[in-house]
Amino acid sequence: MLSARLRSQVVYRGSFAGDLLAQALLSVTEFVEVYVLLHNAPVFGGMTLVQACVVYGLSSMAFGLADMVFGQLDTVNVAIRTGQLETLLVRPVPLLLQLITADVQLRRLGRVSTGLLIYVWSLCYAQVPLDGAGLALIVSAPLAGMLIFGALFVAAGSLQFWLIDGAQAGNTITYGGRYVASMPAGALLLPVRVFFTFVVPATLVAYVPAAVLTGAELVWPFQPAMAWLGLPVAVLLWAVVGLLWRAGVRRYTGAGG
Amino acid sequence: MTNTEPSRLSRVRALWELAAASFRRQLRYRVAIVATMVTNVVFGLVRASLLLAAVAGAGGMIAGYDALQASTYVWLGQCLVGVIPMWASSELAQRIKAGDIAVDLLRPVPPAGGWLAAELGRAASALLVRVAPMLALGAITTGLAIPGHAGDWLLGLLSVALAVTLAFQGWLLVNLAALWVLEVRGYLNLYMIVMNLLCGLFVPVSWFPDWLYAITLATPFPSMFQAPINVVLGTGSPWLALGVQLAWVAGLGLATQVVLRRGLTRMVVQGG
Repeated sequence: MLSARLRSQVVYRGSFAGDLLAQALLSVTEFVEVYVLLHNAPVFGGMTLVQACVVYGLSSMAFGLADMVFGQLDTVNVAIRTGQLETLLVRPVPLLLQLITADVQLRRLGRVSTGLLIYVWSLCYAQVPLDGAGLALIVSAPLAGMLIFGALFVAAGSLQFWLIDGAQAGNTITYGGRYVASMPAGALLLPVRVFFTFVVPATLVAYVPAAVLTGAELVWPFQPAMAWLGLPVAVLLWAVVGLLWRAGVRRYTGAGG
Repeated sequence: MTNTEPSRLSRVRALWELAAASFRRQLRYRVAIVATMVTNVVFGLVRASLLLAAVAGAGGMIAGYDALQASTYVWLGQCLVGVIPMWASSELAQRIKAGDIAVDLLRPVPPAGGWLAAELGRAASALLVRVAPMLALGAITTGLAIPGHAGDWLLGLLSVALAVTLAFQGWLLVNLAALWVLEVRGYLNLYMIVMNLLCGLFVPVSWFPDWLYAITLATPFPSMFQAPINVVLGTGSPWLALGVQLAWVAGLGLATQVVLRRGLTRMVVQGG
């Protein structure tokens, strides 16, 4: 089922190439924003341009991977309102799995590859020491980030069972999380930093690992050991979000039909 | 022949009714309004954080913006997000594809005028619910430097109306590509990405490196978002900003008419 859906996306080559390009361009313009800020301020949130590039590349890759798999949960509210969800609920496959496989967006690879390029280039340029621990962090951080963003997408999707018309509020934690994760957290006002660390763990995705890798000084309340928190936090988040999703589905009463 | 043509007055009234209906429709979705505001506030706080940190990192001033002005720029911008159409909507392209555009052509008002009236009505309702809470929050959290003269606000309002018109015209032109090609989604996405970057949504356009700033000033995009903020902030001459906006509105309006006339002559709608 999944492979058929994936193949169908690349059959129309011209349109697929265009979509890939648009995703890459989107990622480049987001990067321009980081660049413009650091063009004006040589040190931004305690980081130099190269260090901020590590943050951006890492977060962009993690978000792109999560968006590819979970991004379409954005539109759960449409399925709820139109009653499409009923046809999915009667099938003998878990709802979440069906929604995810319905539309894995291969075009998001455009964003992932731009992020990967910036990540690798800036790591080389910053001359990050490649010892065992460093390598482990370089490889595990994007995966942990993907899991965290994935959980945020499911959380936002769950909220739509209650909010329906207010689905936009979920953007705060998904796209807001992406925005925060792509910037040096030292630049955030304290309340914003605390919210996006302890409630929505966006700063743990890229800022803390990047700072530890490149030797940037961490701001309060971060500690070097927190660079390894990504995976445990992702597991914890998935447990909570799983319960939330289940509560949401149970609340769903159908559209009659 | 002329007797059956609607009078000019009734056309203006029809456009006004279209705008008013669109205005009222938006205000019906209360939950959606609250949800949008929550998102707006969080993004505003994040954006204000980033710009304030940049100003601090640059030693207190970037391109004429001090901390208070940077903060004001962010919160004025948060008033305009959702007022000025920033995100791709293919509604019109869908109408063209489905043939619904035939209905629009039968209406007693020119089609582009009718669509614009509905857009301005929507924008007015969005502005009405946003301005007070966004500015209040901005004043409480990171501070505001706003003008005390009613005249400045009136000019700002005029500039917002021109910005909405201009942004609408841009989307209209891209949507009208549907008269020639089947799928416009790719064009809409590319246009949105470039527009969002160059209109001044993320950082003030004068913060751009020189080469990017030069490119930006040659496009209509700063007139869609940065211009009304500049008018209220008092950055540069408000009359110059309004003049540039008017020139772009006239230019794109002409382009729209030409494209509509050429495209509609070759359009075929099926069915009756």
